Amino acid sequence: MRIRRVLTTALFLLGAAAPAALAVAAAPAVADSSPSPSPSGDDGAPTEAGTSFRTATEIEQGQRATAGASTGDYLYWSFPADAGQRPTVKATVKLPGSAARSAAETWQIDVYDGLRRRQACQYGAQTRTAAAGAASVELSCTLRTVRAWTETWANDPLPGTYYIRLTATGLPASGLGLPVNAEVEVGSKDIGGAAAVDGSLAEPLVPGIATTGGKSDEDSDSSTAVLSSIEPDDGWASGWWSDRWVWTAIGGVLAALAGIGGYALTRGAGRPSRVPPGA
Amino acid sequence: MITRQRLAAGLCALLATLTAGVAFPAGAVADETAQAAPKVELVLDVSGSMRARDIDGGSRMAAAKQAFNEVLDATPEEVQLGIRTLGANYRGDDRKTGCKDTAQLYPVGTLDRTEAKTAVATLTPTGWTPIGPALLKAAGDLDGGDGTRRIVLISDGEDTCQPLDPCEVAREISSKGIGLTIDTLGLVPDAKTRDQLSCIADATGGTYTSVQHKEELADRVGQLVDRAADPVVTPVAVEGAAECAQAPALKSGLYTDREEFTKHRWYRVEVEPGQELRASVSVAADRAVAPDYGVLLRAVTVHGREIVRGEAAGNGRTDVISTGLRYPKAESDDEDATAEVVCLQVSNSFAAAAGVKTTPGLPLELTVDVVDGPDQSGDVASFGLGRGWWLLGALVLTGFLAGVLWGWISRWRVAVWRTN
Repeated sequence: MRIRRVLTTALFLLGAAAPAALAVAAAPAVADSSPSPSPSGDDGAPTEAGTSFRTATEIEQGQRATAGASTGDYLYWSFPADAGQRPTVKATVKLPGSAARSAAETWQIDVYDGLRRRQACQYGAQTRTAAAGAASVELSCTLRTVRAWTETWANDPLPGTYYIRLTATGLPASGLGLPVNAEVEVGSKDIGGAAAVDGSLAEPLVPGIATTGGKSDEDSDSSTAVLSSIEPDDGWASGWWSDRWVWTAIGGVLAALAGIGGYALTRGAGRPSRVPPGA
Repeated sequence: MITRQRLAAGLCALLATLTAGVAFPAGAVADETAQAAPKVELVLDVSGSMRARDIDGGSRMAAAKQAFNEVLDATPEEVQLGIRTLGANYRGDDRKTGCKDTAQLYPVGTLDRTEAKTAVATLTPTGWTPIGPALLKAAGDLDGGDGTRRIVLISDGEDTCQPLDPCEVAREISSKGIGLTIDTLGLVPDAKTRDQLSCIADATGGTYTSVQHKEELADRVGQLVDRAADPVVTPVAVEGAAECAQAPALKSGLYTDREEFTKHRWYRVEVEPGQELRASVSVAADRAVAPDYGVLLRAVTVHGREIVRGEAAGNGRTDVISTGLRYPKAESDDEDATAEVVCLQVSNSFAAAAGVKTTPGLPLELTVDVVDGPDQSGDVASFGLGRGWWLLGALVLTGFLAGVLWGWISRWRVAVWRTN
């Protein structure tokens, strides 16, 4: 009898504790879910943009990169995105004064992955037309969640380099070449274990990684320029950790406790009391 | 795998920093063999129209001179800078002579700021605007070396030396030299000048800027010169074949080629079992093209079976259209399994706008990476693990039922033991 009571109490206690433990385990994911960029202007943020995939300016997530350019330029930046992240690219273009501009302009951001495949935007105003008098135009693009592994034939986002291209797609001839200022910022939401998949790439999808990955020995003395030297602050995720481990382990513990509880219910308190001693 | 990669990359970065640290003092001694110096030539229009006093109250020439002085002061050490003029010397009316009037004011080389500034100060607006011939000469000035090459053309009027179309000259130049870009700046440009200068810029992947104020000119030219100093990977020129059998074999790297409208090109890449081929291709629209276009990259076996394809299409104003593909070749148990030859076919569906020359072909950029293959997954879920409240419920229910059952069995056993 006493054993049963102890067990039941333990079961209830653990039953109460387990969701708490889960909540703790899930907490980092919740805490991370706020977009990472800090609004404060960091000193190291680039003030130039590239003009092609090859010359794209590398930026970190959370950095606010700026660039002065001419209307009609194709501006390129690149940033790293790792598995489990859902990046959002935001761009603001400050247009020349309305005195110089006589007609509406259409601006657009396109995001490409490390294989230069165009990536779809889930939502966000990827293209926007600024009226003749508008002082600025704001664009945004939220990508799909980056997965550690996908089918080869799919073009789902994979960890690696991502390119941003910002340009005016619709432009009156008179607007060509006028000075503009552009600002881009990349933040990302951490999706966590819900997006964890099995399998991983041997190398992230970073262009030129086969020649810069330390495997070839002849490149050390040639030019130091590389196609993309991009990497997240804390390196690429190894891909083995996800909060699925926590959920599964807690499930196992709860199952064991439920098993003990069920057993205690049916088996009774040891030897039946009716049985005469010595039977 | 990726962790190992990270370590290796870190080591590489460390090495690179160390070598860079060592290389910089060496660079001051102008060791040209070790590092390809970027070369820039500023081409300045000194035609008669530069006398017009419409930039912030001063003459166009004065604005250009002031901008040059600022730019010469701010030019990075490693950049080899030269200055060429057009229309600076011949005052006459003879078109033939006027159209040959282009001279090198300061030769491309390590910059002596005082000398260059003195040379700029002597300029007075004079003659014709032979943009085409000046660009040809400028390309000649920049010949040689592996570094990036950039021409910055500053003009206030359209070319007065037809029929040589400077736009086509620019395209020819860029099709011959790898990594040569022409950026153009128009000083208070009219519509014709703007069209011509932006056409020249587009033909070489450069940029066009329209300048209305003095400080804009200095800022922009300075920005372009700085851009030349950024280290960039120089692509290797290849020539793709019309069919796979004759195609050039490529290894990991960056390549460039020219592809004519509606034609395709073949390349070959060897992929060992257990390796992954990554290829991406960009086809640039360097001239006026029809508003709808596309590009197709196919990986095909030597027998003509398509393995995978990447395709992209678009419409509207664009610089490039690009796509890519990934092909992991499965591991083989056979010890003597040989590398597979994968044929890459690049085709484009650009159409030239009316009246636009179709030769040389469109610039094509191809990136090939052959890396280790990915880890295959047996189950999409991470390690086959579960997640969420339904999982916990199911586990708890199963555990509970197992417990109940076990309890009943032990009861039954006690009862059996008692009856015996």
